[in-house]
Amino acid sequence: MSVVARGLSHAYGELRSLESIELEAQPGEVVALVGPSGCGKSTLLELACGLREPTAGTIAVEGSADAAGRLSHCAYMPQRDLLLPWFSALDNAALALRNRGAGRAEARSRAGELFERFGLAGFEGARPQELSGGMRQRVAFLRTLVAGKPVLALDEPFASLDAISRAEMQEWLAGALRADGRTVLLVSHDLEEALYLADRVLVLSARPGRLVKEVRAPDPRAADRDGAVTDPAFVAAREEALRALREGAHRGAAAPAVPYDSYMGIRNSSEGEEG
Amino acid sequence: MILGWILPVLVIAALIGLWQIAAADGAIAEALNIEPFLVPSPAEVGDALWNSRSLLLENAWVTLREILVGLGFGVLLGIALSVVMRFSWLVRDAFYPLAVALQAVPVVVIAPILVIWFGYGIWPKVIIVALACFFPVLVATLDGFRSVDPEAVKMMRTLDASRWATFRRVEAPTALPSFFSGAKIAVAVAPIVALFAELAGSNSGLMRLIVEDNNNFHEARVFAAAVVLAVIGVLLVGLTALAQRLVVTWR
Repeated sequence: MSVVARGLSHAYGELRSLESIELEAQPGEVVALVGPSGCGKSTLLELACGLREPTAGTIAVEGSADAAGRLSHCAYMPQRDLLLPWFSALDNAALALRNRGAGRAEARSRAGELFERFGLAGFEGARPQELSGGMRQRVAFLRTLVAGKPVLALDEPFASLDAISRAEMQEWLAGALRADGRTVLLVSHDLEEALYLADRVLVLSARPGRLVKEVRAPDPRAADRDGAVTDPAFVAAREEALRALREGAHRGAAAPAVPYDSYMGIRNSSEGEEG
Repeated sequence: MILGWILPVLVIAALIGLWQIAAADGAIAEALNIEPFLVPSPAEVGDALWNSRSLLLENAWVTLREILVGLGFGVLLGIALSVVMRFSWLVRDAFYPLAVALQAVPVVVIAPILVIWFGYGIWPKVIIVALACFFPVLVATLDGFRSVDPEAVKMMRTLDASRWATFRRVEAPTALPSFFSGAKIAVAVAPIVALFAELAGSNSGLMRLIVEDNNNFHEARVFAAAVVLAVIGVLLVGLTALAQRLVVTWR
């Protein structure tokens, strides 16, 4: 097993974000997490990457349950691309290598090979601000890949893109993931995206996030996105997931509401902890 | 771009022209009810600039050295303190109030004391300029560090960055534009502070020359010294802006 969570729970102070999550991901499997906003999807990724500690239960990545071990086995691609404007696209992609002490030339040549493979050839020297939204996301994805970790945690990678570039990028990412064969945890709020990219989709309820349903993506899927999403099996799977999502949202609404003050307090304390 | 240069040059030329007419005519002296020789015309100031060029340059070099050495120490001190304070909140909490308090003591007060302690040479001036310059750099750079994106720091952690690598690749570049804002303020106050320090006690330097000439009613050379100081100020600010453009290429 590449990723194993057992009874995984997490709370920000009083605010419970995840409850009793059971999750297993096989090596090379793409598992998508969908759910209403605030259901703890991103928290789950941060737990997997060792950026946070569970309040209860365990999560292990490639057999490591401690934060440092998870951090070394799981690469994180945040929602915003967070490309550094003072570095070229190539230097951004090579960041992990440089951080581990590789020389500039070596890091560049190793990251540069991937530029060719992922349709970014010719843009090595471009600054992030000169790239389109879709290309920035590609560079951010390469940066995650180049880190060379067995598990990728992708947090709504295309949320910031317009519909057309998002569809294009989904096709691109589907191809990239097929070619690379790494274990992926993908957070999305878009069922179509989740079912198109993932092997399995886990539907979470509203806060605190619990597993409501697991939906298998139809297999095999057409490589082109339009073909895949109009396939009857795909449509059926989407309906199934959508129903589960609706139920989960209602279940969440029945839970006691969190007082506004405590929510604000938690926001502040989590900001302070990062700063 | 061309218009951007032409307009200010035209304004300055027009003002000099007006001043030339008014001074040559004696109108200013008449209005102020003073002797006409106390109101030099631009042409006379030009003469003074040329005739006293070696004296002016000699003293300008003294003042410029005080400014540059003081700025150098001050900016380095500001950078060093801000970096240490970024790494240790303990140091920040312990020393930041002291830095503020030090800044609150006026230069005019410190200058005479330092002259008594260190004599008429360059060092009291350097110390005062450095004291006045480190503060804006420190405050602005710390501000820049505060604007570091916590998400970017998190991302660097998942990319196996050490504390130092994160500082070097994310925090320092983030703070650079703010650092330059502080450095520009430092560059703008440095000449003023250096002149104050000279006033408190010196054997040479432009302020010393100005005081002497003023006492001797040698107004043309006082104006000439002011022109030299203006040139120094404009050059320093311009060079800082240029350095910023060369270093901060992503804005």
